Amino acid sequence: MSKGVEEKEPMFSLKNMKLLWGPLNRNNPVIVQILGICSALAVTAKLKPAFVMAVSVTVVTAFSNLIMSCLRKGIPNRIRIIVQLVVIATLVILVDQVLKAYVYDVSKQLSVFVGLIITNCIIMGRVEAFALGNKPWPSFLDGIGNGLGYGLILIVVAIVRELFGSGTLWGYQIIPQWLYEQGYVNNSLMLLPPMALIIVGVIIWIHRSKNRDLIEK
Amino acid sequence: MNKNNNVYIVIYATVMIVIVAVLLSVAAMSLKGRQQANIAVEKQGAILNTIGLGGDADKVKDKTKYIQDEYAKYIIDSYVVNGLGDRVEGVDAFALLDMLKAEYAKPREEMRLPIFTAKLDDGTVLNILSVYGAGLWGPIWGYIALENDWDTIYGAVFAHQGETPGLGAEIATPHFADQFRGKTIMSDGEFVSIAVLKGVGASAGNDHAVDAVSGGTITSRGVETMLYDCLDAYLPFIEKQTAKPSVEIVPAAVATNVEENKIESYE
Repeated sequence: MSKGVEEKEPMFSLKNMKLLWGPLNRNNPVIVQILGICSALAVTAKLKPAFVMAVSVTVVTAFSNLIMSCLRKGIPNRIRIIVQLVVIATLVILVDQVLKAYVYDVSKQLSVFVGLIITNCIIMGRVEAFALGNKPWPSFLDGIGNGLGYGLILIVVAIVRELFGSGTLWGYQIIPQWLYEQGYVNNSLMLLPPMALIIVGVIIWIHRSKNRDLIEK
Repeated sequence: MNKNNNVYIVIYATVMIVIVAVLLSVAAMSLKGRQQANIAVEKQGAILNTIGLGGDADKVKDKTKYIQDEYAKYIIDSYVVNGLGDRVEGVDAFALLDMLKAEYAKPREEMRLPIFTAKLDDGTVLNILSVYGAGLWGPIWGYIALENDWDTIYGAVFAHQGETPGLGAEIATPHFADQFRGKTIMSDGEFVSIAVLKGVGASAGNDHAVDAVSGGTITSRGVETMLYDCLDAYLPFIEKQTAKPSVEIVPAAVATNVEENKIESYE
């Protein structure tokens, strides 16, 4: 490994910032790598749980990357995946416990999906693809970046779904009452998981049409 | 050092597991108090909601204290009865709320069911019963407040563990629960429970039915079954409260027939 060169790199070098911001756009885990779709469908019917989910996933990706990167030189290759799972599962349980203790209401809404962060492909994907071959700091940034990239899509989808599905945002009524009196109806299709998939599809469409080089041949 | 050596792998795994186990135990122990307080406050809040109180919980600064104060003020008594209608002494009704699943699975004579007595500002006395059943994805539960005739529903609240947001989960909204107000569980002295009917307005004019949640058929059915089974378990006690000397207690077999007739009459 080429140690000497990397160690002199400043903490917020251009390369490191790319790790942080790349996943928000050109390297987005959800809309470019199509990872983590399952939970994006499940928790985006309302904005608040989507936000808490986004924060939880960001914490887990960041710290699992950090821990695995610190451990990377000592891990026996044959039980590598098991070690990753144990680290990720531990972090997820900690997050779940903290949510239950401090934001009990939201934790109840997210119910099983917090536990299911363990199976989120983004987390294991980043650990396997990045953290095992990179230093702790870049791995940590990469984890935060990917968590935020996932969270961004979650929040966009949740805004659309809650606004048009329930007429509210973060639980507050947005669509005015007079519109309902004029005959406007909430679109309950928005609340169903397939609609989340369609919205993600539309986001991918818009994103690809702005980044033509990402289109597969 | 050879990292793929078996001894190294075993030691590595063991050390890792011990560290993780200690870490998780410490976290669980240190957060347990807060979590249990949250759960207790949530239950007290739900019981208060059943009788139309505690609505300002999200507006006040200290939600926990507000709910505890209101609860202490309005819930004047709680006691436990068994499935045969007799009082059971020495059991804490509130603690029993955690064990409802097991209690409802027991035979009638061993079943222990909590009842909370509330007294409103105007002196109205209400009896709050606790129900527990199965939805689509997991358990559902709720509280039913009966007026002092042990027949008319004063209010209801439902909750669930993981029903589909926007669909089955709507049973936890006031919109669904408010439908239960003023409905009666008895028809001409016979227990009929509350049916949950499909179709908007299907229950209009029916004193023993409410509208189901659209898109939440299985959850709605779960609510119906839960209400029937659980209120049926309370029935011996309810009948003792309302019985004139001549009224017979409806045996379980008869009650089952009522259930079957009820299902047929939907179709």
